[in-house]
Parts: sequence; C-alpha cells; structure tokens
Amino acid sequence: MVTLRVDGPVMQGEICYISTGGDRLMAEVIKLVGQDAYVQVFESTRGLKVGAEAEFTGHMLEIKLGPGMLSHNYDGLQNDLDKMEGVFLKRGQYTNPLDEEREWDFQPIAKVGDKVQESDWLGQVEENHQPLKIMAPFQLKGVATVKSIVPAGKYKINDTIAVLTGEKGEDVNVTMVQHWPVKFAMTNYAEKPRPFKLLETGVRTIDTFNPIVEGGTGFIPGPFGTGKTVLQHAISKQAEADIVIIAACGERANEVVEIFTEFPELVDPHTGRKLMERTIIIANTSNMPVAAREASVYTAMTMAEYYRSMGLRVLLMADSTSRWAQALREMSNRMEELPGPDAFPMDLGALISNFYGRAGYVYLRNGKVGSVTFLGTVSPAGGNLKEPVTENTKKVARCFYGLEQDRADKKRYPAVNPIDSYSKYLEYPEFAEYIKEHINEEWIPKVLDLKTRMQRGKEISEQINILGDDGVPVEYHITFWKSEIIDYVILQQDAFDEVDAVTPLDRQEEILNLVVSICEDETHSFDNFQEVVDYYKKMINLCKQMNYSVYKSEQYNDFKKQIEEMIQNG
Amino acid sequence: MSTAFQKVYTQISQITKATCSLKAKGVGYDELATINGKLAQVVKIMGDDVTLQVFEGTGGIPTNAEVTFLGKAPSLKVSDQLAGRFFNAYGQPIDGGPEIEGKDVEIGGPSVNPVRRKQPSELIATGIAGIDLNNTLVSGQKIPFFADPDQPFNEVMAMVAMRAKADKIILGGMGMTNDDYYFFRNTFAGAGALDRIISFINTTEDPAVERLLIPDMALTAAEYFAVEKHEKVLVLLTDMSSYADSLSIVSNRMDQIPSKDSMPGSLYSDLAKIYEKAVQFPESVGGGSITIIAVTTLSGGDITHAVPDNTGYITEGQLYLRRDSDVGKVIVDPFRSLSRLKQLVAGKKTRKDHSQVMNAAIRLYADAANAKTKLENGFDLTDYDNRCLDFAKDYAKQLLAIDVNLNTEEMLDVTWTLFRKYFKLEEVNIKKEFTDIYWK
Repeated sequence: MVTLRVDGPVMQGEICYISTGGDRLMAEVIKLVGQDAYVQVFESTRGLKVGAEAEFTGHMLEIKLGPGMLSHNYDGLQNDLDKMEGVFLKRGQYTNPLDEEREWDFQPIAKVGDKVQESDWLGQVEENHQPLKIMAPFQLKGVATVKSIVPAGKYKINDTIAVLTGEKGEDVNVTMVQHWPVKFAMTNYAEKPRPFKLLETGVRTIDTFNPIVEGGTGFIPGPFGTGKTVLQHAISKQAEADIVIIAACGERANEVVEIFTEFPELVDPHTGRKLMERTIIIANTSNMPVAAREASVYTAMTMAEYYRSMGLRVLLMADSTSRWAQALREMSNRMEELPGPDAFPMDLGALISNFYGRAGYVYLRNGKVGSVTFLGTVSPAGGNLKEPVTENTKKVARCFYGLEQDRADKKRYPAVNPIDSYSKYLEYPEFAEYIKEHINEEWIPKVLDLKTRMQRGKEISEQINILGDDGVPVEYHITFWKSEIIDYVILQQDAFDEVDAVTPLDRQEEILNLVVSICEDETHSFDNFQEVVDYYKKMINLCKQMNYSVYKSEQYNDFKKQIEEMIQNG
Repeated sequence: MSTAFQKVYTQISQITKATCSLKAKGVGYDELATINGKLAQVVKIMGDDVTLQVFEGTGGIPTNAEVTFLGKAPSLKVSDQLAGRFFNAYGQPIDGGPEIEGKDVEIGGPSVNPVRRKQPSELIATGIAGIDLNNTLVSGQKIPFFADPDQPFNEVMAMVAMRAKADKIILGGMGMTNDDYYFFRNTFAGAGALDRIISFINTTEDPAVERLLIPDMALTAAEYFAVEKHEKVLVLLTDMSSYADSLSIVSNRMDQIPSKDSMPGSLYSDLAKIYEKAVQFPESVGGGSITIIAVTTLSGGDITHAVPDNTGYITEGQLYLRRDSDVGKVIVDPFRSLSRLKQLVAGKKTRKDHSQVMNAAIRLYADAANAKTKLENGFDLTDYDNRCLDFAKDYAKQLLAIDVNLNTEEMLDVTWTLFRKYFKLEEVNIKKEFTDIYWK
C-alpha cells in the first residue's frame, strides 16, 4: 500500500499510475484523508521510492468491452496475456484487450429515427458463430434518437457505426467499444424473474440429483484433493451455454494451462464447434499480484453481464472465491481495519451476496432473454464448512455441491455428498412446470424418491456398522444396496472416460428410469445377506459397463438387456 | 560491491527485537542494507522514516551503528559455477570454495506468463509403486510430502532425487538439522552426483528469519538452469513448515493481525509464490522445467493446520508416508496421497489400463480397511472380507512399500496377478476392454 499526496480532487476507487524506474504501476484509491490518497498498487512495489510521481486517470477500475474477446486469455485487469512479451510477466506492462485493426461484418438492426435507450441493440457482428450485439452506449442518459447508422459492411471497433441525438439535442457517436466500471452491476434489463430453465451440464449428480438452472447460482465447497477443479472443468466443457467465462482466481497456473491446452482441441457437445471458441479465461493465478485478484472476479462478472445484455446464455465459473476473500483480507489487514471473524473484513458477507446477486436470468427491454449462471468454488480452511466464506456463500447461492473427503478417499467421484448437497430450484414451482413440459411429469418425484432412498441407505449402513452384518434383517441389506446402486450408477461418474464423462439428458432419463426400476423391484427374495451383496454387486458391475458404453450402441443395448433380465429373473 | 561513495547513516531512532528505524532519503522498498555488517531489508517507508528488518536479529546493534543501503533487493550471482556448491541463505559459499562469478539476479523475480507455460506431460519415474502407480509424478509438478517429523521423508526424497533423471538437483534446506544436512551431502556424494547438486542451507544453528531467503535463492538458481540452459531441474525444499514458522515470527514482529494458527493472513500467497515457480516450458523456448518436491512436517498428523491446509490448496497433490503394521514396512499411503497431474501421464505415457487398475486396487484396499474395522469391533468376517485382507497385505508388501523398485509395467502386472489371486471378475469393476486382455 502506498500513500500519495495529491494536488487536486480525487475520487474513491479512482485509478492512477505511479512511475518508478521507467515502469508505470497501476493502482486504485482505497482511502482518502485530506490531501493523502491511500492506494493499493496492483503489482510488486519493489524499489518504489518516496517522491515518485503519480498520475490520476479520472475514472474507476473499468474494462473495455467489444467484439474480439472470445477465446482470449486475460489477466485480472483485462490485459491480453498473449500480447505480452517474454516468458515472464513484466511489471508495468499493460496491453490492449481488443484488436483495433480487425474488421468485423456489421449488420444494422436499428433504423434512423428509432428511439433508443442505453444498451439497446443497434447492430450485430458475428464472432466465432456468436451473434454479438452492438449496443447504444451504456452511459447514455434517457431516450435518444438514431440520427444515422452505417450500412452493412466491414468496420473496425473504433469506427463510428451510428450517431444518436441525445435528449439535449447533442450528437452521440457510437463505436463498437463500451466501457464499464467493474464493481457496479449492470442493470440494463427490464426484469429479473426467478430462474426456471434447466441448464444441462452432463454431470449426473448435478442434472439429475441437484439441477442448476440458467441464471442460477451455486457453489462447490470442498477440502483440497476432493475434485473441485475437475468438476468445474467438466461443467465448463459440457454445459449448454453460449459463452463460458472462467475466472481462475488465485489458483494453480497449471490448471489454466490445462484449459489453454485442451479447450482448443475439445468439441462443444452441443454445437460441435471447438470449446475455445466460446470461452474466455481470466487468469489471476496464485503467483500473480494479490491486489489484482479482487479485480479479476469483477472483470469476469462484468464481461458476463455484457454478453447477457446481448441475449446470450453465459456461464461464469470462479475458482476459487476463497482466494478472492483472502485477497480482501490481506488488504483490509494492511489498512489496519478492525477484523471480523477469522480476520476477514466485516463486510465480507455483503460483498459476497452483492456479487452472487449480479447473476440471474433476465428479460431485456426488447423482450429477449439472457442469463448469467454463476458457479463458484470455495476452499474452506481445513475442510471445515463452518468458516466465514462458506457460511456467507451458503446464504446467497441456491445450489450447494458439498465435496466430501470421505467420498474422495474411497474414489467415489465426483465426491459430491448426496445427502447434504441441495438445489433449491427443485422446490421452485416454475422449475417443476418447466421439467413437466420438457422432460416428463414423473422426473422430480422420482428424483425425490431416490434422495430419500440415499438417506435411508446411509442410516442403515451406520446401523450395520454398529450391529454387524448378521445383526440386522436381510431387508436392511437390500435397502442399503439399493442406495449403493443409486450411488454407483447415477452419482459416480468417470470424468476421465470419454463416454462416461458426459451424459446427455435423454440418457440420464434412461438411467434414472432403470435405477428406479431396480429400486422398486421387490420381487426377489434372498436367504441371507451374502446373496444380497452378490446380486447387487453383479448388478452394479453391469450398470457400470453400460455407463462406459456408447449410447444406444450394440454393447450398450446388450448390457441394458442383461440388466433388465436380471430384474425379471433374479 | 564498492561502498566508497555510499552514504552512511549513523542515527538509529528505534530498535525492536527484529527491526531498526532511522531517517533516510531515496530508499527503495525491499532494498537491502547493512547495519554494522549485519544484513537487513527495507520493510516499511513512511516519508523519511525507514524501517529495516535485520535478518539475524538486532542483538548488539547500538543506536549509532553504521547503516549503508545497497541499492538493490537480495540477489544471487548465477552461472554454471553454481553446480556442486553449498551456500548459505545469502548465497555465500559455505563449502570453503571460491565466490561465484556470474550475472547478479534479484531473487523472488516475476512470475511466468501462464500462456507461455506448457502442460506438463513428462513422467518422472521413481520406481516406488506408491508413487509411480498410484500418484505418478510429472515434470513441472509441485508436490510435498506431508509427514510427521519422525518419518523417513528426507530418505525417500533423496531416493526420488537420485532416481529421477534430472539435470540439476537444487536442495533448499530450511531449519535443517546438521545431521540431515550431512545425510544429504553424503548421499549425493556417495551416488557420485555432487556435480549436479546445488544446495542452499539454513541449519537450526542459523537465525530463523534467514530461512525466508532460502526458497527464493534455490528457485532463482533453478530458473537460471531451466530458462537459460533449458535443463530439467528438480528442487527439493525441506522443511516448508520451518519456513512458515519464520513467516509468522516476522509478521508478529511487524504487528500484523494473525489469522488461523497464528500464521499471517498472506500465508497462502507467500507459499503460492514459491510453489508456482514449478513450470514446464514449451519446446519453443527450449523446454526446460522446474519440478518442486517439498516437505511439510505436520504436528500430530493434523492436516487442518494452516500450513498443510494452504499447501494442499497450492500444490498439485501431496504424498503421505505411513507405517503399515500388518507388513511392518513404511508405505506411501494410497488413501490420502494424491498426484493431481497423474492423469496427464497415466494411460498416456504408461499402459492404457493404468488408471482403472490403480483405482480398483485402491477401492479393494479400502474394503480391506473396512473389514479390519469390522474385525476390531468383534464382528464375523465374510469370505470377501477375508480375501480383501489378504489382498491388502500382498498389495502393501509388493507395491506400496517404499523399498520397492519396479517399472510401471511390472507394477501393473503384479496388481493384475493379485486381482486374479483373490477376486472374481465382477468384484474388480474394471472396464471389459481391459479385463479381456489382462484377466487371464
């Protein structure tokens, strides 16, 4: 933290650049006392001397938005990492996030004389097969009239594509570039209803058991080594979204490298195009400056909101929000603020809830819809969920996917605890209505039934542990093994197997029905518990082999038939 | 360095246990200084008031001590002459040899741009099945041993270092006992590997705060060989818990508000800055790599303590050692150990059945653990339970023990043999495509 003596008006949150030894270091104002501005420098302050000059920019931390961001890799302050020279990140190197020379095929939407408000659609360009809207400036006040708009053709981002007449009769030039201060939510929509549309992720423990919805929020807490990152990557690869933004916040650089390496090769299961085409990565890995970490999640959220205002479905993933909270803690500590629980700042809960609140399914003013779905991971200290970040997140996120050490130790992946995890959306009547229309009426009751069976199975396994295998009736073993069937066949999924990694919804429906029919089968009688164990182990093996087989292939049908025969004959 | 024209300050305004304050101008943050010959670093500047942290403590410093600012952050002279030498925390030779000549590089330098990294994909074979089979190491990885102080982690680490085919091995010893220092020295010399080794040693006899420089020194040397010489470098850091203890001493002396376990709130960033130096460079810049194997000692096996906990979130897995009383050997614990990068090589650089065989064996080993609990609670065991227990003994003895030395193919074959000996086909839950080949 650096203190500056200023000779003019300065605003809270303003960005300035401090000069030192030929470098210009970006910093943000965090406190003002008289003529002293306390600023947080976003980079290493090594060698900084008293007397260094600083230059204020007059604006808060903002990012540039426009066509040309997809498949790019940015740091937390929206510098294009690929444009940076050298193997190492040099201090004070800032790069343009957009390409000013690239030409875009522009199609006008608005006509001369149209009345427009801020962020109304004026035209469209296409990037990686995504229709991107060129919108009226976000800062536009009141209603303006389109004075002129360019015809369809090739334009660069800084070309004037339209001129609007503002309320006071002034001319407003419109380019393809927008600016937005990252810490403020975009509210350029008509309404934000309760979300209800299932967001397919291909992960059975989510889609079938605890579904997330378009515009929904969820979080994944878990001790290290329980598979947070693997689960997040699986979701980002498979989810049915138009744009996926991944904020790698204070995590390992190699995890980002995995995305750089694999996404350009992997295919989006919904469109058949390369995954990288729809992906943006915001990387503030754990060795990058801590001060820029807070900014990185806001940068990612602002980009997500930008695409949402174009009527796109955006999935935003942040791994991990705990690192963001820790960055806040380090800063508040340096400001010598009185600490809250575990030395986190007192307003941590408010910051987390404001951030999650920016997600959502929205109706735009033109009647179109867009969504930002947000999934964050939480890395609780010591795996203890009774810590401030987890507790505060639990208050605002609607889905909870708790990863469990015990399941991970037993290699039951994904290690999402089936009993404690929840999706509040299962209780939404809007969601039930949607599922009834798009899948079937029995889906939710069946899922709830399986959840009860899981609970019962857990209780019985505890009893068996106390009383011994022979100390409980054979029926207890049957109930327990039915819960194991649910666990092995639906919940466990091999993220590294080509086939099993992603299960489309229709296949999930088939698996669900099959498992329900195994669970509802009461016709078999067993003499002792050993017979129960043998029967269900054989069943689990067949079901797993089926999960590994290509859907509807001969092998798949063959295993399915064997399973059905086993249910029939025993 | 010439000090002829440097300004000397002689008026110290405040001395605490670890810091000295004085009025000085034109001083940079992080800059080094000497106070009556003792090294110190600038940690705070408020106007003209400069606070210096004295590494070896302030005992014996008078208020009129001579303070000279060196105009640079801590640095290390790097060149090929480093090879085979032993240094202290300041990078000064402690083996009686000559000073190193070379480029002077500030330690704790910038991070690698993530887009300039390459995804690690090269297997590091150690011959230990608990590692190669269950927790395969990859070059460019960072992984610690989580161990109790009485476990033979230094021995295993030295064994791994000797078997891994690294061009350079850099040892960073923090708070190391003199005995362990000699153990490493003798092991390296005995293996005829001294010319590949560079050591930065802070023993228990040296001031604790000096330790803070060790990892940065070791990694600055590592970056020289990986970036400039394109070599495969293996860095051994032992023990990171002593490093963290020094961090907490300093933060305490600086009046910072402690967070969990009296550690500074920045512990995660401090550790990440070190571990994230592990990297694999792409061929386009010469393809060097830095792999970090560290040791984090636990107190009473508690992994929820802030140091192992934060480490676990930073590193790419962790390895646990455990004494298996059934076979009387130290094994690599298959339950809690994890290498996060193993899927980058398992089944790709090794035989295709690697992942499935590994998971099946661990699952059956877990069933054996359950059976053992049943036995201890006085319940009857089933036939399956008994078979699991027998399997577990053979598995621990023939594969998990740290004295095993096999190649991965042999490890897989041994596991299949054990599967067939104790189980039925449907009990192992392995994909048909593999059981068709190996279940014979």
